[in-house]
Amino acid sequence: MREIRFPYQPHNRLEAEGRTAEPLHGEAEKTCPNCHVTMKEGFFRSRGWTCSCGYHFRLGARQRIAMIADKGSFQELFEGIGCRDPLAFPGYGEKAAKARAVSGERESVITGTACIDGMPCALFAMEAGFMMGSMGTACGEKIARLFEYAAGSGLPVIGFTVSGGARMQEGLLSLMQMAKTSGAVRRHSRQGLLYIAVLTDPTTGGVTASFAMEGDIILAEPGATIGFAGARVVAQTTRQPLPKGFQSAESLLEHGFIDAIVPRAMMRKALSSLLAMHRRVI
Amino acid sequence: MDAYSRVRTARQTARPTAYDYISSCFSSFMELHGDRCYGDDRAIIGGIAMLDDMPVTAIGIEKGHTAAERVEHSFGSPEPEGYRKALRLMRQAAKFRRPVITFVDTAGAYCGIGAEERGQGAAIAESLMEMMELPVPAIAVLIGEGGSGGALALAVADRVWMLENAVYSVISPEGCASILYKDPAMADIAAENLRLTAADALSLGVCERVISEEGIGTDAFYGRLAAELAGEIRRLAAEDDLPGRRYKRFRAFGSGDE
Repeated sequence: MREIRFPYQPHNRLEAEGRTAEPLHGEAEKTCPNCHVTMKEGFFRSRGWTCSCGYHFRLGARQRIAMIADKGSFQELFEGIGCRDPLAFPGYGEKAAKARAVSGERESVITGTACIDGMPCALFAMEAGFMMGSMGTACGEKIARLFEYAAGSGLPVIGFTVSGGARMQEGLLSLMQMAKTSGAVRRHSRQGLLYIAVLTDPTTGGVTASFAMEGDIILAEPGATIGFAGARVVAQTTRQPLPKGFQSAESLLEHGFIDAIVPRAMMRKALSSLLAMHRRVI
Repeated sequence: MDAYSRVRTARQTARPTAYDYISSCFSSFMELHGDRCYGDDRAIIGGIAMLDDMPVTAIGIEKGHTAAERVEHSFGSPEPEGYRKALRLMRQAAKFRRPVITFVDTAGAYCGIGAEERGQGAAIAESLMEMMELPVPAIAVLIGEGGSGGALALAVADRVWMLENAVYSVISPEGCASILYKDPAMADIAAENLRLTAADALSLGVCERVISEEGIGTDAFYGRLAAELAGEIRRLAAEDDLPGRRYKRFRAFGSGDE
């Protein structure tokens, strides 16, 4: 894949935006947080929610699937699995109910199968609008089931990550999802099957330290914040100024942790090419 | 004792650290160093030890007791090199059919600029995948703090045991309190809600055994623990398909609502 150079200078938006996803609907005007140009939403929508400066707005999981999958090919799986409150954590019930209302989803990830240019794959897309894409037991269960399903059906997996990490409100059970999903990825991998992880803004914490970093091929969107510890925590711990572009996709590429940065406009083509290149010939 | 008192107990610098367990539970220990990529992280120690007549790979997260030791061991917060050293030693354990015993005690993986740039997340993720596949018996003993992914990276084991006053949590109670309640001083409430004590972990199935701290640090205490470890390793060695059973163990945590 050719290296893609991008004029956009990344900064840490997880910090700047206070960890909340912006809802993307309505016909209002919208200001690009990077170059501050204000345009009709239709302008950004027509460019796949990117700005002419290169900034990529956050996308909902279903918007993302619609951009990637062949029209009408997405078949949702495990949609009945939704979060519950295994620790009876104070306030979690209300927070989860609000997340369901805001996002229209039952959990922070959507799973299913789809075709890309006619090639079948299993697909997951995380939803930032659901508690910042945090991973609780239901999210971990859907991811594990998808990899198990794909392993059983001989399908490659393509996964879009966006997550604040493991979900605090499910405590240790959230932490265990890191091991559970890693085991599922590994068992899928042992079948000789492909897993492409696409890291989008932001991918952090326990998701970075599990299935996000376990792809055979790891792609990222330009400017995405990707890290384990939060930038604020790192700054507090080290009491040092953070280097420019710290935890940006561009920095990860430079340090050798991702394979390529792919702008949204080219993502579908890139995934299609990679799927085609992984067809077995011998 | 309330949950936050246990957190404080788990953090006491006088508590036995990984070196104390390794030097007392095993009859000999040869420490091995380095990740063969970049460095030797002193927050994680590891090597080959003798448990009775059985060679085992022993790995621990070391906090140190004195100020100088604590600095040397980065207060028990490993960098990616530490996890990669552990990974290297676990792969050797698999090659030479040695059981793996880990002693986990960390506030969490180190939060630093270099740690992030050298792939803290990727190092932990690789450790999770590799431990899940280990063809040899693995027991993790949480001896103090079990801080999130940094602890789990060495605890994807067939059996997870916790000391009576050890804690295991997805996030520190202070971190949880500052995010949820915007007030780190509410850590005691967060500690309660997070269900992070050994008894909680036992009831959630996250750990199989809680080790009594009666006589902690004495020869009798280590002798008792060593005997339990040796017995359990022998039981596990007789089981077939350890990776499959281990996956089932972790697969069972939480299925969500359907």
